[in-house]
Amino acid sequence: MIGIEHYLVVGAILFVLGVLGIFLNRKNVIVILMAVELILLAVNLNLVAFSAFLHDLTGQIFAMLVLTVAAAEAAIGLAILVIYFRTRGSIAVDDINRMKG
Amino acid sequence: MLIQAIAFYFFATIVVASAVMVVMARNPVHSVLWLILAFFNAAGLMVLLGAEFIAMLLVIVYVGAVAVLFLFVVMMLDIDFAAMRAGFSRNAPLGLLIAAILLAELLLGVGAYNAGGLTLGTPDGTAMQAADTSNIEALGALLYGRYIILFEIAGIILLVAMIGAIVLTFQPPKPGARARQDVGKQIRRRPEEATVMKSPEVGQGIEL
Repeated sequence: MIGIEHYLVVGAILFVLGVLGIFLNRKNVIVILMAVELILLAVNLNLVAFSAFLHDLTGQIFAMLVLTVAAAEAAIGLAILVIYFRTRGSIAVDDINRMKG
Repeated sequence: MLIQAIAFYFFATIVVASAVMVVMARNPVHSVLWLILAFFNAAGLMVLLGAEFIAMLLVIVYVGAVAVLFLFVVMMLDIDFAAMRAGFSRNAPLGLLIAAILLAELLLGVGAYNAGGLTLGTPDGTAMQAADTSNIEALGALLYGRYIILFEIAGIILLVAMIGAIVLTFQPPKPGARARQDVGKQIRRRPEEATVMKSPEVGQGIEL
């Protein structure tokens, strides 16, 4: 019988893999953004699992809002990446502080 | 129940394995493709949970939009990916240590929840899915009813993100680089000054 803890463990593993991805690919912003997407996916999985097992749909509404923010974040992040590449010719994170934002 | 367990372990194994490949793949294009596989299988897990609408949303939004956006950017930017991986093994011990600690903490949390050490307020039953409605119907009733403000705010967030992305990447055309459209000039143009009628002799051309 598959209980909520199975889903929670899968969510936890996904979350940790996302965090690990940020550490391992510190120079590559694109993979860092993908790791952030993995983290948000783990969060969504947790929200939906609790929503299903507590019989409350609010969790799924929450998951949809997380999805919205994730899509917006990916779009803005990649747009920043494109203009950064256009001006610098590379996407090395090391000197990204030159943006002086 | 057995089929559910088999399906769960199938999807869970693939989602974890493809998440590992997203992180470890040498080529970011492969990372994106593994990410797509991870999202598909996470959608499968959500179907198992009975959240069909979120699962389909995941496929449409992530696989259809976000992953394609990633793929587009990865392929458009000409990047030396080998240089990007410098420091991969140097960062690995610290990353693995932090990941192990985080995983232990999260599993501790799951264990505490299972042992009844945490009480999550019980739902009041107002957001419960009625037995005779489908998932999407119940979600729609909630989303357009009680959570209409959140829905509107989500739309505004998307609008702001869209405008932001356009403003960030828009390059104004350089003056003189290309012929610009001058609407007034186009409208002022009359047939008399733009066309001529000629009847040339046979075998002779006309001079423009």
